[in-house]
Amino acid sequence: MNILVCISIVPDTTSKIKFTQDQKKFDINGIQFIINPNDEFGLTRAIWLQQKHQANVDIVTVGLSSCEPILRKCLAIGANKAIRIDTDPLDGFAVAKELKELCSKEKYDLIIGGRESIDYNGGMVPGMLAQMLQMPFVTNCISLEVKDDFVITKREIDGGIETTSCSLPLVIAGQKGLVEETDLIIPNMRGIMQARQKPLEVIPSIKSVSKSEIHKFEELPPKKSVKLVDKDNIDQLIELLHSEAKVI
Amino acid sequence: MSVLVYAENQSGKFKKSTYEVVSYAREVADKLKQKLIADSINSKETNLLSNYGPDKIIEYNNPLLNDFTLQNYSSIISDCAKSECASLVVLSSTADSKYLAPSLSVNLDAGLASNVVSIPESFSPLTIRRSCFTNKAFNLTILKSETNIICVSNNSYGVKENKSKAEIISKKIAVNQDKIKIESKNKSSGAISIADADIVVSGGRGLKGPENWYLVENLASALGAAMACSKPVSDMGWRPHSEHVGQTGKPVASNLYIAIGISGAIQHLAGINASKVKVVINNDPEAPFFKAADYGIVGDAFDVVPKLTETLKAFKSS
Ligand SMILES: Cc1cc2nc3c(=O)[nH]c(=O)nc-3n(C[C@H](O)[C@H](O)[C@H](O)COP(=O)(O)OP(=O)(O)OC[C@H]3O[C@@H](n4cnc5c(N)ncnc54)[C@H](O)[C@@H]3O)c2cc1C
Ligand SMILES: Nc1ncnc2c1ncn2[C@@H]1O[C@H](COP(=O)(O)O)[C@@H](O)[C@H]1O
Repeated sequence: MNILVCISIVPDTTSKIKFTQDQKKFDINGIQFIINPNDEFGLTRAIWLQQKHQANVDIVTVGLSSCEPILRKCLAIGANKAIRIDTDPLDGFAVAKELKELCSKEKYDLIIGGRESIDYNGGMVPGMLAQMLQMPFVTNCISLEVKDDFVITKREIDGGIETTSCSLPLVIAGQKGLVEETDLIIPNMRGIMQARQKPLEVIPSIKSVSKSEIHKFEELPPKKSVKLVDKDNIDQLIELLHSEAKVI
Repeated sequence: MSVLVYAENQSGKFKKSTYEVVSYAREVADKLKQKLIADSINSKETNLLSNYGPDKIIEYNNPLLNDFTLQNYSSIISDCAKSECASLVVLSSTADSKYLAPSLSVNLDAGLASNVVSIPESFSPLTIRRSCFTNKAFNLTILKSETNIICVSNNSYGVKENKSKAEIISKKIAVNQDKIKIESKNKSSGAISIADADIVVSGGRGLKGPENWYLVENLASALGAAMACSKPVSDMGWRPHSEHVGQTGKPVASNLYIAIGISGAIQHLAGINASKVKVVINNDPEAPFFKAADYGIVGDAFDVVPKLTETLKAFKSS
């Protein structure tokens, strides 16, 4: 089985979100980058399939050379090969087009992305890629079991869980549940040494065009300070929620 | 040219989020001076949509469409968008609508923006405000295609009645077997889901253990609210993963969010920031949640929450 995991590289979850003076760009000063958490769950699931079914696991990111340390980290976690498509990602559509080009050349049985990136929150790249490749797609995927070329998946729906089956090839957008937090692999020394020898291919972009562009960022408006209610005066809280906030 | 809104239903019934996006789409269509068309698939109450302003409702019926499947739903809505020359397709932010959006975008060669939080800032070029960095910021995005798609965030616009004499057209359609087969659906019956809830009551590690969750349950049931929890609570197995909210869990965009024994870590706040009114109950006045909340009580949850539940019940019955 040949697996591709799509990796988005995002600011660490504790980052304070600031923008450049003209509000046009995210200010990366002092920001640490990480594997998008949803993608890390997917990568870990892929490594399990590698161990159990001798699957090959490639990872790919569409991004500039600054992404490479994170790609090496994915190799240290256990991926066989890293691919970087060399361009600044413009929007979800353009990224999906770049990935489609790769997937039309290389045959993947299973393509794993994340439910959403925690920076852009588009929730769009894997679904677009699936449609471009005319492959079936399961989003919000919280379980994936492969038997030969048959797959059982679970997806989170509003208020419940849906279990589906289909045959490979398949694209999923995953999240926590694919594996648990405690299953995430922290690279050890051996993994890190091996990662240095593993291939990291840089391939040129097809210069796909975008369908959207960010005109400007806005920080959140400043927060009014909290109104404290005495713990022995609960009536007052209810009155405030009813008359002032009008939510009950 | 027209605006097309997808009026999603669950087991034949419309949800509040559907009325919200139809209301939203009505205002946008007025601003664009275009007709508003609503697509409804296998609903038992299609006529109710006309309370929110569409000019035309197209209903599709086929028992094979009772369950949402991506391929079939996507092809119905994209075919309709093409034949009605839609300039804009408006969807809600439910799990199924967000599932649908990227596929529609490819079928229609359309620009797509999710998490849209207000009426477009401008129509030429089409510029929308959306939340990003998991509710830690907004961006103004320009959508550049001839047809564009937006997913409107829950509770960002509200439901606005606007009775119209909508023409209802019923269409029979052929349906193909989807490549993905639905084996089973597990819905927690009766419980309100976080996605649909107006009010969410959430518990953190401050509640000490799963045996104390009756505090959250009782308050939630007094309010008709959904239940949620912080990440460690679901990691420790006190509550199911489906209740984990925050940056790596579910997003919450309710009208009221009540946090009990939750410290207010940045990853937690990111996921619940879109909620309109936040209330915190915590015994540590220094807990970071107090900086993010609108109302707060400094006190022991085991003492405050039962009192709050009782007072609410009395308030509701008065
Ligand atoms: C990559 C990453 C992603 C993450 N994503 C998420 C996420 O999506 N969602 C999320 O929630 N967290 C997330 N976290 C975890 C987050 O950093 C915090 O650890 C977590 O939110 C803390 O949960 P808590 O508030 O329940 O527990 P604690 O931080 O332990 O807080 C418990 C609170 O309860 C109060 N308390 C104690 N006893 C009482 C009492 N008797 N009455 C009232 N109050 C009491 C305490 O004062 C304290 O403020 C993430 C972390 C990382 C690193
Ligand atoms: N630049 C990128 N390179 C590779 N994969 C990406 C990129 N951006 C997004 N993805 C994938 O698409 C998923 C959803 O991203 P988004 O559509 O931005 O929310 C991510 O979790 C990744 O799996």
